[in-house]
Amino acid sequence: MALTNEIVKQKLTGKFGEQVSNFEEPYGMLTFEAPKELNLKVLNFLYDDEVLKFRFMTDLCGVHYPANKRREIAVVYHLHNLEDNIRIRFKVFADINQPDIYTATGLFSAANWMERETYDFYGVNFVGHPKLKRILNVDEMDYFPMRKEFPLEDQTRIDKDDEMFGRGGETGYGTDTREEDNRNSVTAEADKPDETGRPIV
Amino acid sequence: MSEQHIKLPEGSIEKTTTTLNLGPTHPATHGVMQNILELDGERIVSTEQTIGYIHRAFEKIAERRPLAQITTLTDRLNYCSSPINNMGWHLTCEKLLGVKTPKRVDYLRVIIMELSRISDHLICNSIVGVDAGAYTGFLYVMQYRELIYEIYEEVCGARLTTNMGRIGGFERNFNNIAFEKIEKFLAEYPKVLKEFENLFQRNRIFMDRTKGTGAISADRALNYGFTGPNLRAAGVDYDVRVHSPYSSYEDFQFNIPVGTTGDNYDRWLVREQEMWQSLSIIEQAYQKVQEFKGTDADIYHADVPEYYLPEKADVYTKMEALIYHFKIIMGETDIPAGEVYQSVEGGNGELGFYLISDGGRSPYRLHFRRPCFIYYQAYEELTKGAMLSDAIMTMSSLNLIAGELDA
Repeated sequence: MALTNEIVKQKLTGKFGEQVSNFEEPYGMLTFEAPKELNLKVLNFLYDDEVLKFRFMTDLCGVHYPANKRREIAVVYHLHNLEDNIRIRFKVFADINQPDIYTATGLFSAANWMERETYDFYGVNFVGHPKLKRILNVDEMDYFPMRKEFPLEDQTRIDKDDEMFGRGGETGYGTDTREEDNRNSVTAEADKPDETGRPIV
Repeated sequence: MSEQHIKLPEGSIEKTTTTLNLGPTHPATHGVMQNILELDGERIVSTEQTIGYIHRAFEKIAERRPLAQITTLTDRLNYCSSPINNMGWHLTCEKLLGVKTPKRVDYLRVIIMELSRISDHLICNSIVGVDAGAYTGFLYVMQYRELIYEIYEEVCGARLTTNMGRIGGFERNFNNIAFEKIEKFLAEYPKVLKEFENLFQRNRIFMDRTKGTGAISADRALNYGFTGPNLRAAGVDYDVRVHSPYSSYEDFQFNIPVGTTGDNYDRWLVREQEMWQSLSIIEQAYQKVQEFKGTDADIYHADVPEYYLPEKADVYTKMEALIYHFKIIMGETDIPAGEVYQSVEGGNGELGFYLISDGGRSPYRLHFRRPCFIYYQAYEELTKGAMLSDAIMTMSSLNLIAGELDA
């Protein structure tokens, strides 16, 4: 009998009861969440169970939801059962002021760098990780850049003097005063009549 | 006497190993990545990798861009096979938007994706040869990578960072020159590949250098999240094209080559065999494309007016086309809310896109599952106790691409 989302769901609720929640199936992939204290228990159960056999970690990443108070940081695991070819998505949420989550490195060696990456960008503290330090950013960085409080530069800003890239300076793009000047000079020229006495259009 | 003449720093005599910096810019790393090797003679005691030298924060940048503008970011992941990344991204968008692409588009995509797979494997395998001291093969096959790049040029105008295709299909139909070049490739490449094989496959020196080095068991490979040729070399027949078919891969007949030992030689063989399989897929797809006649042969995109740029002539004459044109260019179209994971079989493994949308104009979160990044962490285990020269080969046979490693 092929494994289906329904069986996975029943197995999980049978084992963990009310603690696993928010079952959804966006675009066919079973998605659920569990309290962060249980993440290793759930992962272990999914790994060890004779029927479920989710023994391949496809992906691990963080997400920041600033609006979800006390559960701002999400860690998302994508697991794959290669035998029955079924994927699931499993989420845990943590408070941004205390983002401590147990590491999955004991179960999946693949989690090592992915957790370091998640720490690097979201500041999730993976408890028990063998070497939790920044991986893509410089070690001296003192913030977690993928969090939503660090927005990218507004692409339409015009206050920047950035002559080399065509803004400000000689070219005059984006500099308020210059735009004003240019407009004045253009209108002044347009108003000036040529020899025939007609204004240039 | 010696006490007076040789003054060693205190404690230095206890250190019996040598520390060697390999990289970040070293000809043998084939990309910017650093390995700090602890050597006992020529044997490796331990290694430590430092990555991130070309980190460009693509995931962050993507949070501000409309879907169509993210394609250019995916080019720069695995730049040896950027069309696969492009197609993977379009497939992700199409899954989110619920777009169904016509069969002809699927087949054209398959042709392009398999061509990129060949060019990717070609580079990797010939680089393994270069690291073993065999330069000839590398220079010889470059010609045919060039031909593949010419095909890209005909299709999209670019060679390396292709930005190929649009959501729903291609930006224009394949022209006759493109088809002629594909035919030329199909006609000439088998002979070249055979010759390339003859140079290496049963070459005593090459076999001695690669067999038994950098080996990994199937269990460990799975635990390390290996995918693609590296996993298949260890004997696991997992291929995204078969397990979760996309772009009508289910219409094609092909085998998945697997190895047994997961060492450098098996990885090389798996890539070599995959090139033959890719050739066969391209042939099949080319036949299928040729079967479309008349107006069917003019189909090169799905009907998604909200995301696919309209014809320029229509923009000047029709109101709807003008509106869509403006909204697409300005990136003002709101994408539906949802969570999607879509993966494709990239040149070096499962390339996944995890896209969360909250209904705005750009993704709320986009995560790239980059195969390189995941399997490079196994490098320490692969090279422990190995010779330094074997570690170099292991690095190149893993097919590490710095652009993908660092995103």
